[in-house]
Amino acid sequence: MKPDQILLDPTAEISAVKRPKIDRPSSLDGLTIGLLDIAKPRGDEFLDRIEELLVERGNRVLRYRKERFSKIASDELKQEIGSACDIVVEALAD
Amino acid sequence: MMYRLRAKFGKTGLASRRISLPAAADLVEACFERGWTDGLPVVPPTEARVLEILDDTPRMPDEIIGLIPPNRVECTIEKIAINAVMAGCLPQYMPVVLAVVEAALIPEFNLHAILATTNAVSPVVMVNGPIARSIGMNAKGNVFGQGNRANASIGRALQLLVRNVGGGLPGEIDRSVFGNPGKYSFCFAEDEEDPRWESYAVEQGYAPDASTVTMFAGDGVTPIIDHMARTPEELCDSYVGCLLATYNRRQVNEVAAFLVVGGEHQKLFHDAGWSKQRLREELDGKLRIPVRDLVPGRSGLGGLTPEERRNPDLMLPKFRTGTLNIIRAGGSAGKYSAIISALGSSGLKPVTKEITP
Repeated sequence: MKPDQILLDPTAEISAVKRPKIDRPSSLDGLTIGLLDIAKPRGDEFLDRIEELLVERGNRVLRYRKERFSKIASDELKQEIGSACDIVVEALAD
Repeated sequence: MMYRLRAKFGKTGLASRRISLPAAADLVEACFERGWTDGLPVVPPTEARVLEILDDTPRMPDEIIGLIPPNRVECTIEKIAINAVMAGCLPQYMPVVLAVVEAALIPEFNLHAILATTNAVSPVVMVNGPIARSIGMNAKGNVFGQGNRANASIGRALQLLVRNVGGGLPGEIDRSVFGNPGKYSFCFAEDEEDPRWESYAVEQGYAPDASTVTMFAGDGVTPIIDHMARTPEELCDSYVGCLLATYNRRQVNEVAAFLVVGGEHQKLFHDAGWSKQRLREELDGKLRIPVRDLVPGRSGLGGLTPEERRNPDLMLPKFRTGTLNIIRAGGSAGKYSAIISALGSSGLKPVTKEITP
């Protein structure tokens, strides 16, 4: 009987870690909301309006901006948002 | 035979998972079933083939070359070798393949963005220097077409690596609206035969006897057909008309191009004594668009300063954020040139890397 054939795995040999989604807050009352502009043009117009509406409701809003839309956000930025905000809204525009 | 014996009886030194398949299994189909291919059959990555392709490089299989996007996974020389085998590479192509991967990971190239964008671009590979000739790459007729193993498989090796190691799959992180056929492979050599013009690599500061890979975020090949021009000025007019239309006649930001001067068109410039620099200056003077003609928005007025916006008569360079690069390739008969359109911005630039043994 012929022996088995062997192939070498061309992949990274990793599998994605599946994490449960964080529960959605039942209310926005009293939450700090981060608005992340990914640096596509006119994303700021959209986020300006969202900020107005949130501030009217009494929320605290913090604004953030990525260096450039085509580059992934830095770890520092992600950590800053994660530690300062309860919720983050990321805007894409063109 | 040597490599088959080593694979069977020796210590291979390879760390990748060994996948055992029944003797009767169709290995090509096994690769399809596991999602390892770009849609075309791949060469099954047996241990013997991987050992053979690694034999030509002095680098160790476990050396980490960098993080492959989008999953930012550590990539070893061994994983590159496996994907190069699958792409159809010969062992003598490995120095080029390794330089291609290293160039693709230079931050200014921004491989992640090239993969994730809705644009049609993908990595385009141009090889300069003696190695292109020694491994038999095509720089002449049908240069961007089929039929040359080195051209076809070296570009494909990078694409398979991004797919298999980086996890970059169409419909997932790859959000391209159209893609382009170069996403199977887009790799060629520059035609350096006539010494009257410097090659792209020499223009970038490399020695004429250095071998390099240059990579940029390009998409389609648009031919420029001009059988009638008899002077460089006439031919430049044709070039300008076509180049101004790249991506959008009303766009000056985030657009770049490689202008590929074909054989007979090269002759016209050479006969008239035009240097490449002269051609560049002529084109730079004419590749200008008035502010009033630009599309408002990201690619047009969005990138302008307030002073520029206020002056509708101001003439802006077409390749304002990207570059216009002039290279030579293609067959010797026929009055054609071509444009490879490309993305170009402060965060996305062509990169060049010297090929080492």
